[in-house]
Amino acid sequence: MSIDRATVEHVATLARLALTADERERLRDQLSAILGHINVIAEADTSAVPATAHILPIDTVMRADEPHPWPDSQALVDRAPAHQDAYIRVRAVLDNE
Amino acid sequence: MTDLWQLTISEASERLRSGALSAVELTRAHLDRIAEVEGSVKAFVTVTEQQALRDAERIDTRRREGEALGPLAGIPLAIKDVICTRDVTTTCSSKMLEQFIPPYDATVMVRLNAAGAVMLGKTNMDEFAMGSSTENSAFFPTRNPWDLARVPGGSSGGSAAAVAAGEAMGGLGSDTGGSVRQPGALTNTVALKPTYGRVSRFGLIAFASSLDQIGPFARSARDAALLLQAIAGHDPLDSTSVDVPVPDYTAALTGEITGLRVGVPAEYFVEGTEPGVRQVVDEAIATLKSLGAEVGECSLPHTRYGVAAYYIIAPAECSANLARYDGVKYGFAARGEAESLIDFVMRTRAEGFGTEVKRRIMLGTYALSSGYYDAYYLKAEKTRTLIKQDFDRAFERFDVLIGPTSPTVAFAIGAKIDDPYAMYLNDVFTIPANLAGIPGVSIPGGFSEGLPVGVQLLAPSFEEARLLRVADAFQRATDYHTRWPRLQAAKRGARKRS
Repeated sequence: MSIDRATVEHVATLARLALTADERERLRDQLSAILGHINVIAEADTSAVPATAHILPIDTVMRADEPHPWPDSQALVDRAPAHQDAYIRVRAVLDNE
Repeated sequence: MTDLWQLTISEASERLRSGALSAVELTRAHLDRIAEVEGSVKAFVTVTEQQALRDAERIDTRRREGEALGPLAGIPLAIKDVICTRDVTTTCSSKMLEQFIPPYDATVMVRLNAAGAVMLGKTNMDEFAMGSSTENSAFFPTRNPWDLARVPGGSSGGSAAAVAAGEAMGGLGSDTGGSVRQPGALTNTVALKPTYGRVSRFGLIAFASSLDQIGPFARSARDAALLLQAIAGHDPLDSTSVDVPVPDYTAALTGEITGLRVGVPAEYFVEGTEPGVRQVVDEAIATLKSLGAEVGECSLPHTRYGVAAYYIIAPAECSANLARYDGVKYGFAARGEAESLIDFVMRTRAEGFGTEVKRRIMLGTYALSSGYYDAYYLKAEKTRTLIKQDFDRAFERFDVLIGPTSPTVAFAIGAKIDDPYAMYLNDVFTIPANLAGIPGVSIPGGFSEGLPVGVQLLAPSFEEARLLRVADAFQRATDYHTRWPRLQAAKRGARKRS
């Protein structure tokens, strides 16, 4: 299974990774090689089995809807790379046109 | 004479209780040992010396005041740097989190602290727990105390090496596809992956959420039992932790395994396993037989699909889990002007993540992307069902399964780093337990060409006590787990800190 350049670029955009040309080339080779090995699972006969997304029978866990104050919310804001007072600074999401 | 850092947790615990030893003395002995050998081993990203001594002092005071303390009170431990520790940098060995100081403790840390354990520091790992050699650390590779030119395994290589080198009495790692058991095998330590859901992952930085599990490293089955006892149990903060009673693990260490049914999966003795590894496992099987176990062959026919299924599921989950690192909320942020928010996020991630993490994010994103989902992700999840059914069938006839933990002994630093798939194959025997959610332990089984070989035991879900009983019985009959790397002799008498 070989991946083409356009696919690598498309996947990198989906993954939000700004890859260099070198990285894209290397990943194209490596992902193609890895998928070549991984394709062995096509041989597994899975026609009679359901998918296992999770190994435990997970029930939705509910707790009482009671507010708890976080002891130091400023400490959380302070961990943001850009912040001002009690706010995290973010770049504009919408264009300023 | 035995140095203090050579004691097991159980031995030290006894001396602490009797007053023959103080927690400060024990902690200082380990900090001295770290100063002595850390330059060669490089197990730690952060050593929390002052905090450790303060915590040890507090334990001594409490004990002096007559408080009854548990077996881990005053015991110095090494914690993998993927586990959040309040006010102590938690890096995941990544540039992305190099400056990250968690505002809270992971549940396992809350429990260890309540038990009075003393954290010596945070240990090196493959970045975001992705790797089998600890070479993927963004900072430096950790070396195997048994041969400094070789890897300690990974991703929890730092905790494994620290325990093997006597820098800590025990430690914690995380195991997504073998990241506790494989480094345990390569460093001659007892390394346990509990059942999925047995130990809370709250505060464990997520890699692949349907597979991740925290587990202990120790130098004896008894010590591993003490550590598991402290961290196991239901946690309302982790919706995947299971509310099943925690048994008394040390009470299970009876030394008695007469009539135990031990299955030997044919698929775990395939080509590619080193003859020296195979020989050690064969001898371990013979030892269990001599202790009264009944040994028979079994089959796990879908083992050959395990690595493939894992390297779709784990990267898929990691691509989603690591989407949170965007340079906005915490962690690394790219500098300089960016054209747009997306441009900024893409540059932050490109500069903050290392090669293997990017490779897995790409692989996972590809497997989940439109047009490939059915062929890869859905197929892998169905294959996961087949692998789980293999174990269900085997455990109808056997109490535990036995095989090698890793197909090889520790390999040279640099030997596999340029061949991702060769690296992935290190986990061929450990991955199936993660896919099936069952517990597994790697125990020191012997040596091949002077390097440790791990023997893996697997049991049905929530049967950790059974695994520990077998491991303990084996250790009563053998002395492999008590051996030390030559590092000790070579470095003995070397510089001591004042």
